[in-house]
Amino acid sequence: MTRRTIEIWVGVFIAGGIAALFMLAMKVSNLSTYTGNEGFEVTARFEDISGLKVRSPVTMSGVRIGRVTKIDFDDQALQAVVTMRIDRQHKTLPKDSTASIYTAGLLGEKYIGLEAGGEEESLQQGDEIQLTQDSLVLEKLIAQFVSSFIESGGKSKAE
Amino acid sequence: MTDNDTSLVQIRDLHFSRGNHMIFDGVDLEIRRGRITAIMGPSGTGKTTLLRLIGGQLKPQTGSVVVDGEEVNTLRLGPLYQLRKRMGMLFQNGALLTDMNVFDNIAYPLREHTRMSESLIRTLVLMKLEAVGLRGARNLMPSELSGGMARRVALARAIALDPMMMMYDEPFTGQDPISMGVLVRLIRTLNDALGLTSIIVSHDIAETCAIADDIYLLSGGKVVAHGTAEELDHSDSAWAQQFLKGEPDGPVPFHYPAPDYFDDLMSMQEAGR
Amino acid sequence: MLESLQRLGRKGLAFFQRLGRGHILLWDILAGLSSLLPRPHLVIVQVYSVGVLSLLIILVSGLFVGMVLGLQGYNTLVNFGAEESLGTVVALSLVRELGPVVTALLFAGRAGSALTAEIGLMKATEQLSAMEMMAVDPVKRTLAPRFMAGFISMPLLAAIFSAVGVLGGYFVGVGLLGVDEGAYWSQMQDNVDIYDDIQNGVIKSLVFGFVVSWIAIFEGYDCIPTSEGVSRATTRTVVHSALAILGLDFILTALMFGD
Repeated sequence: MTRRTIEIWVGVFIAGGIAALFMLAMKVSNLSTYTGNEGFEVTARFEDISGLKVRSPVTMSGVRIGRVTKIDFDDQALQAVVTMRIDRQHKTLPKDSTASIYTAGLLGEKYIGLEAGGEEESLQQGDEIQLTQDSLVLEKLIAQFVSSFIESGGKSKAE
Repeated sequence: MTDNDTSLVQIRDLHFSRGNHMIFDGVDLEIRRGRITAIMGPSGTGKTTLLRLIGGQLKPQTGSVVVDGEEVNTLRLGPLYQLRKRMGMLFQNGALLTDMNVFDNIAYPLREHTRMSESLIRTLVLMKLEAVGLRGARNLMPSELSGGMARRVALARAIALDPMMMMYDEPFTGQDPISMGVLVRLIRTLNDALGLTSIIVSHDIAETCAIADDIYLLSGGKVVAHGTAEELDHSDSAWAQQFLKGEPDGPVPFHYPAPDYFDDLMSMQEAGR
Repeated sequence: MLESLQRLGRKGLAFFQRLGRGHILLWDILAGLSSLLPRPHLVIVQVYSVGVLSLLIILVSGLFVGMVLGLQGYNTLVNFGAEESLGTVVALSLVRELGPVVTALLFAGRAGSALTAEIGLMKATEQLSAMEMMAVDPVKRTLAPRFMAGFISMPLLAAIFSAVGVLGGYFVGVGLLGVDEGAYWSQMQDNVDIYDDIQNGVIKSLVFGFVVSWIAIFEGYDCIPTSEGVSRATTRTVVHSALAILGLDFILTALMFGD
């Protein structure tokens, strides 16, 4: 084995390793769509965000336009404050857009869906989305459904 | 005239032990410049250990080892490595680096320690190989060499940096008569031609006595006799006589220390009963 | 009673002595790394024997592990109608766990044992001693390049393992089982994070590379220089490396993904 062949093989090996890392970064992970610190942050207040996590997607018309970056709790207002980062290119979202928490599928992950309003002015860094709709909690729904069913059932028996 | 002018290595009151096993118990030695000094003794008397002490690979518990005016056992690593560049050592099995061929093995110390051009290195390596008669074997790998050839290659490597002294660790063990003769001649001629000081550690009496100027006999961690080959021949030390003549019994008993033979046999029978 | 206590004490002392020697050696190796800068060829040769020669086993194992993940993942996910998430399952298991851990285990078996045997035999045949007598520091000249090569090779091998595994999962999932190709890649990209997952996986493999190389080199350097001693040291390298990898993997996982 000459010095030349060894060096060529080592070169192939290192190039292959770096190519593999590159593939993991670009093709497997979110680096290609990663915005890092670019874009702008807006906040929204919710009564109930159960299931929403940091890094959950923010979508509009089903297209992901950002991610949740921080979830805080406001001790005064007793509300959840969700900070989300909107990708840089979406500069023209109307200021009166609505933020709702949805579930992907019946049991899937939670995400924030934005619905466009009609205002001319657009969302800026640090703005707060005023109109929000809370997360639907399955247990609450079922509880409501069951109690209303029992009520109506009780009435029908009494009659 | 100081000690340093005539003798290259002085060992004073050397004590060395491994665990509870005492190997040297007050050894005094002097190796004179330009001569071949043999250190002989039965197996297990720490002859190889002595070479390692001289080379600074081991440190004595007490006493001092002085090589060319420098006290080896107190040297820091840097100066010790500088000193070792002037020492050559031939290991028992050659200790060639197995991942390179004969040529690269001999070029190794030159490449590590000098900034010579490759063409100069090539010239030097071929000169050393010619001296040991193996110029034609330069492209062989160490695994393709016979034991005697490996030792000659190792010898060429040891003299690559033109050391002031050479240490031979059992150079004759396990050699056929021809390669033994070759090695004996090589050690003598190299010593005289290069102006070396040589130390041979061995228990091959005939070969060693043939070339050694001074002989030290070691036993039980002490020097028991010292002198030229003739002087030792006529020495009145019973131990030296036994060792040099190879008698089976004498001051060194034939039997390993054991309880009485008869008692031992009887107790065996009792145990078997 | 007293005797067994003494035996325990002796074993404990021997253990701590070994631990101490291991750390001293590591320190010497790290201190010797700077001497490699002017002589990169020493490292390149070792990257060849440690990395390039491990490539085949890594490629084959990575492909098969990925394919098995594709099959198993599909069979479980299809029960929940979530076979679209196959890409996520395959990629996350590979990048976070299997890539670094399986690569490190294979690396310990393939390259670590070879390192130990090589260094142990160099010691047994007095080559290391001969170097010392030629005024060449064997730690700098022989051990440091091998350590560096292990440290460099391991993350590259792990990355190759994971990448090949993702492709293996793709062949099985998309090619054989009919998962939608777009879903395979997009679900993967949505759920694998460059920092949380890929970077942490690379950190794991760097730690494993460090530890396995250290263990392999120390076992070789510290072995009893006989054929039996070398064979014991080689076994110890594989066993200790495997234990260290799995133990460290738990600790690292707890630190990285624990919250």
